[in-house]
Amino acid sequence: MELSGAEIIVRFLHDEGVEHLFGYPGGAVLHIYDALYRQDKVKHILVRHEQAATHAADGYARSTGKPGVVLVTSGPGATNAVTGIATAYMDSIPMVVLTGQVPTSLIGNDAFQEVDSVGITRPCVKHNFLVKDVKDLAITLKKAFYIAQTGRPGPVVVDIPKDVTANRTKYVFPKTVSMRSYNPVVKGHTGQIKRAVGLILGAKRPMLYTGGGVVLNDASRQLIEFARLLGYPVTNTSMGLGGYPATDKQFVGMLGMHGTYEANMAMSHCDVLVAIGARFDDRVTGNVQKFCPHAKIIHIDIDPSSISKNVKVDVPIVGSVEHVLKDMLKLIKESGEVPDGEALAKWWQQINEWRTKDCLKYDKTSELIKPQYVLETLYRITKGDAFVTSDVGQHQMWTAQFYKFDKPRRWINSGGLGTMGFGLPAAMGVQFAHPKANVVCITGEGSIQMNIQELSTCLQYGLPLKIICLNNRFLGMVRQWQEFFYDKRYSHSYMESLPDFVKLAEAYGHVGMQIDKPADVEAALKEAFTKHKNRLVFMNFITDQTENVYPMVPAGAGLDEMILV
Amino acid sequence: MRHIISILIENEAGALSRVAGLFSARGYNIESLTVAPTEDASLSRMTLVTRGSDDIIEQITKQLNKLVDVVKLMDLTEGPHIEREMMLIKVRAAGGEQRDEVKRMADIFRGRIIDVTDTTYTIEVTGDSTKLDGFIQALDKGLILETVRSGVMGIPRGEKALRI
Repeated sequence: MELSGAEIIVRFLHDEGVEHLFGYPGGAVLHIYDALYRQDKVKHILVRHEQAATHAADGYARSTGKPGVVLVTSGPGATNAVTGIATAYMDSIPMVVLTGQVPTSLIGNDAFQEVDSVGITRPCVKHNFLVKDVKDLAITLKKAFYIAQTGRPGPVVVDIPKDVTANRTKYVFPKTVSMRSYNPVVKGHTGQIKRAVGLILGAKRPMLYTGGGVVLNDASRQLIEFARLLGYPVTNTSMGLGGYPATDKQFVGMLGMHGTYEANMAMSHCDVLVAIGARFDDRVTGNVQKFCPHAKIIHIDIDPSSISKNVKVDVPIVGSVEHVLKDMLKLIKESGEVPDGEALAKWWQQINEWRTKDCLKYDKTSELIKPQYVLETLYRITKGDAFVTSDVGQHQMWTAQFYKFDKPRRWINSGGLGTMGFGLPAAMGVQFAHPKANVVCITGEGSIQMNIQELSTCLQYGLPLKIICLNNRFLGMVRQWQEFFYDKRYSHSYMESLPDFVKLAEAYGHVGMQIDKPADVEAALKEAFTKHKNRLVFMNFITDQTENVYPMVPAGAGLDEMILV
Repeated sequence: MRHIISILIENEAGALSRVAGLFSARGYNIESLTVAPTEDASLSRMTLVTRGSDDIIEQITKQLNKLVDVVKLMDLTEGPHIEREMMLIKVRAAGGEQRDEVKRMADIFRGRIIDVTDTTYTIEVTGDSTKLDGFIQALDKGLILETVRSGVMGIPRGEKALRI
């Protein structure tokens, strides 16, 4: 039987196992929306802005490992989605974005709601397609899902002209696809793995530096086994948090610009660094000239272009984290060799001495609410088991420091692109994937206003999110930089004329709470998670305006040159 | 260092812009770029001349390989290879003496005159890029009306071949 392109898209999504589709209708995708209307297998979630559709799909993908799927119209629909696509690209999140396009006969004519979506998204997608013939539709969609999920994952855009969604052809679900130009390597080079294992076992001051690759590859189990077998210290990048349990005694905290003193000092003094699914981002390395000056570096990454891009490494291993760690574990066990216990004991002694700096300390006697206190209390009340999304800024870094993630895929934040406005829609995506879980969005009064319209989506679908707004009336991270590096000239970082967030939440049909005193923090959080368990609660915490994120490695400094509290 | 990178790429709309976009987005320079289909119509072969330190060339080849449309590539400058470029050059050739001089110079550079009018010669010259530069320098600058160069093509010597 012949189906229309629109029907093929919807059938394909179902056959591919897609349950949720985040989108917003418009002229070029009307046929597709009609096909969605006439079925009940793929659930469409109507957002209020296309950027939110991409972030929601992104949150869905990060919390499940399954690709997030988006449907938007041509022109402004596609351009609004670009920020979300770039966000997913920078953090290697599997996502498939279907954009409507004007009919093929009008392409290039500056037609109504026409943009060159393939051209605009090219630099921020893993790959993209323009489908010109309905006969190519199913196989192109299959390729899109295959590319998005394999190798180093990433977003794929499929641009579909309106006439292609109307034209009819026979539909057969393509079960598999193979592409001669795309064959990601998963298994690491045996010789390199052997060299690495030799270095690892011979280390006196070893360090495991692990990133988002561990989470994306679902390789936590292998990492934990590897780290425990060796007894080596572990630090995570922001993207890697939860990949190794934060409450484990071998965990020394996050590293980098706002990493812990002990993690950054250990990086600067280690003699063997094992980078696992991490990409030496500038927020991690600080000044690359001063980065790990004493270390031989081993780098495991599925993307060869990540290796020796920012920092030259001694032993590059291209492969999936899971495969390579498995091979390493096998080699180590077979060799019968063990790490140098004496050297390791000395190394741990040094690390424990660094730990006594207590670099995350803050004033617990303050009459003002300290944001750190809110996060510590949240951690306690949710027993460390919530899904936590964040926006971008100080609150993001405090969450990374104070919410101890023991499991992967629980910490959802825009690490690479640093997209304000990410938190709320991402939390929606997480809640759709995990309807029973506690989903918390940590935000600030700046970030939340970038996608606040999604409170309406949350009401429509009854999403009981808990929004924690750490409201310091400042774009906090901008203010912090201005305080440190611009002689306290607070240029446009003060947020004036803020809305009454409690009333705003209520206007959208949710519960609003305002908390002004430290003594009320715990009770308010408890109330939100018990009395209002099934409702969205917007908690407006009026926090200390002067609080800064410490430690901080200033731009251009080495990791061991931190500003401490 | 100057590198010649040969790329086999899916012959699809947009493939060229993916390569060009990659170079501009990451700040790599392109000295020349040529592209045309191969004997297999589904594949294009691209020859790209670029300059950069070893680290940059390594990143360039890795980033090119990462493009989903790129099937295979080879840095020709890593081994013995032949490079050729074609130039069409239109020169003023009005009087008898001028015509003789241009003809002589074309012969020395093994060029062929492929179009003749009363006042102009159009000459085809092939060779490596320095030979073409040499020919331009050997001519009186005032005589040159127009030049067009193909950009460099290259092929490895001997058994070695870039194929799938």
